[in-house]
Amino acid sequence: MSKLNEANIKTALEIISHYPRPKSALIPLLHLAQEQNGYVTNEAMVHLGELVGVTSAEVYGTATFYEMFRFEPVGKYLVNICGTMSCALMGAGDLMHHAEHKLGVKAGGTTADGMFTLAHAECQAACTEAPTLQVNYRFRYKVTNSDFDTMIDDLKSGKLADEIPGHGVVARIRQRIPADRGVGAIAPELVTENPVWMDGKAAL
Amino acid sequence: MTTAIRYPHAAGFVAGDRPKIVTSRFEHADSFTLERFLATGGYAGLRKALGRAATDVHEEVKSATVLGRGGAGFPAGTKWGLTPQQVFPKYLVVNGDESEPGTYKDRLLMERDPHQLIEGCLIACYAAGLSQCFLYIRGEMALAQERVAVALNEAYAAGYVGKNILGSKFSVDIVLHWGAGAYVVGEETALIESLEGNRGMPRLKPPFFPAANGLYGQPTIVNNVETLANLPWLMVNGAEAFTAIGTKTSPGTRMVAVSGHVKNPGVFEIINGTTTFRDLLYGAEFCGGIRNDNELKAFVPGGGSAPWFTADQLDLPFEASQVGPAGSMLGSGAIMVMDSTTDIPAAALTLTHFYAHESCGKCTPCREGGTWLERILTRIVDGTGTEADLQQILEVGAMICPGDFPHASNEKLGLAAVPFPYKMTTICFVGPSAFAPLHSAITLFRSEFESRLVKRISIPVTAVSTPPTVWA
Repeated sequence: MSKLNEANIKTALEIISHYPRPKSALIPLLHLAQEQNGYVTNEAMVHLGELVGVTSAEVYGTATFYEMFRFEPVGKYLVNICGTMSCALMGAGDLMHHAEHKLGVKAGGTTADGMFTLAHAECQAACTEAPTLQVNYRFRYKVTNSDFDTMIDDLKSGKLADEIPGHGVVARIRQRIPADRGVGAIAPELVTENPVWMDGKAAL
Repeated sequence: MTTAIRYPHAAGFVAGDRPKIVTSRFEHADSFTLERFLATGGYAGLRKALGRAATDVHEEVKSATVLGRGGAGFPAGTKWGLTPQQVFPKYLVVNGDESEPGTYKDRLLMERDPHQLIEGCLIACYAAGLSQCFLYIRGEMALAQERVAVALNEAYAAGYVGKNILGSKFSVDIVLHWGAGAYVVGEETALIESLEGNRGMPRLKPPFFPAANGLYGQPTIVNNVETLANLPWLMVNGAEAFTAIGTKTSPGTRMVAVSGHVKNPGVFEIINGTTTFRDLLYGAEFCGGIRNDNELKAFVPGGGSAPWFTADQLDLPFEASQVGPAGSMLGSGAIMVMDSTTDIPAAALTLTHFYAHESCGKCTPCREGGTWLERILTRIVDGTGTEADLQQILEVGAMICPGDFPHASNEKLGLAAVPFPYKMTTICFVGPSAFAPLHSAITLFRSEFESRLVKRISIPVTAVSTPPTVWA
């Protein structure tokens, strides 16, 4: 089941329909593939190329540029500890050191049970709350060593399962454009006129 | 539908007793819902805008001089006016790829008041005649993506977005798009490349503005989240009320995040142009001083890319026309504070590592130079660097930014300021940004680097005076 499944193909076509050119949907679709399988498989990239009408090499080219896409299995929980300036000033180095000991892996490694992947991350836009980390892109602020231990234990026991989905799922809610409300995406070459409201008169 | 996103608000924002343009709803626990938005004057700005001709609305925004809040500070109204008249369609791309080190404001605006942003997008599309809007949110911001998705779904259902908005002839789609982790995508042409489904590498310039040639080769306006969030208030209250706050050249307010070694780090909406760095760092309503009452060593005034300031520059106001000549930039409203305990070479390394890591690889000076800067600096921080390494850093830097690199003045060192900006050999600002923190650190704190260098004793090599007599 590495290609997109039936339900996800439907979602993929809906996402593609939002854009004037299908290739624009590529990053959201790669996320969809990662959501389904936990990482981006070769088969999925070939499939996505077929869906948006580009070669699998182009899909691979795009996918490998972005850090969130993984091409081999990672732990169920990806723990990204920020190490950029504000967090570094507030003790991110010590936190990473502690995390490596707690999980028994170096930054970049995955625990033997496949539960956790620990990674060094760059600025996460929560600089006033340093040091910060993200677990599957859900924030934890002003993290102390004991906060970290509690969080790992809670993740293991399943206490945080509601709040933090498995790796691959980013946003759990999608934009849906209702057919009767949407204007619809039109290829740029098919638009030949100024928008109707640009006639120098008020729209209302 | 909203049950899944009932998280507590992200921490960090401090309201304070100041005029609020973009954060007026932040005090409400349900500030992100349509109900709250409508109950607090939401979509009134849109209604007002639609009641006027699009060109009128454009003029109003132009006269308010809404400076871009993403980093470059280019006025939004003027930017909209750069699109060619007779080329269609035109697009709006919203830059929500906030990832400049130290910057924390757009995420708050998207998480806490997504409808305000949507309203801002609609006003921009109406005023500048833009046919479709793409709201590009950074990939790592899961909650912001969820909140904006819910808000868009609500807004479509209630008739605020889509076909015939509020029953008028104005129709526009807003498409939520999300990235996948790449700092350089914050550069506007790289953002467009990414939105086209490509590797997020900046495009060659000229054209200097996507307004001429942007998404799918069409005229495209790229605006920052905070810039657009100002528009609803501006429409309701008018340009005059907007320019009454702040100064003539920097009107309105600004979101600023102060982080690092201060007592109360936080995100504040401050009055533009008049608030000084001293107010922000030491003022009781802001950060309340340096932690443990330590001495201030240095601070980054405008995001990781900005040259550093020291206590000598504390009295500068948040005004681009003064901060530029002083040797740095206001950038994205991110201040990072270092107290007297800071290990300066190590602090500079975190930023240089960031930019070396985030180089997209298109321009050689950045791809090679950035990584070499990181490697050489790592040697020095680890205690194995030599005097030649320090010199090498400056030489590599000069290949990314030829000529005098901007830096602050310093009374103790007898340094005069070199004004912003720099010259550069790269397409975008990532390359120079790798050198900026390092240049500041070496210029202002050279002794801290020198004390870590390994002294090499050179042993003179003299030629053997007489050749051996027997060869075989």
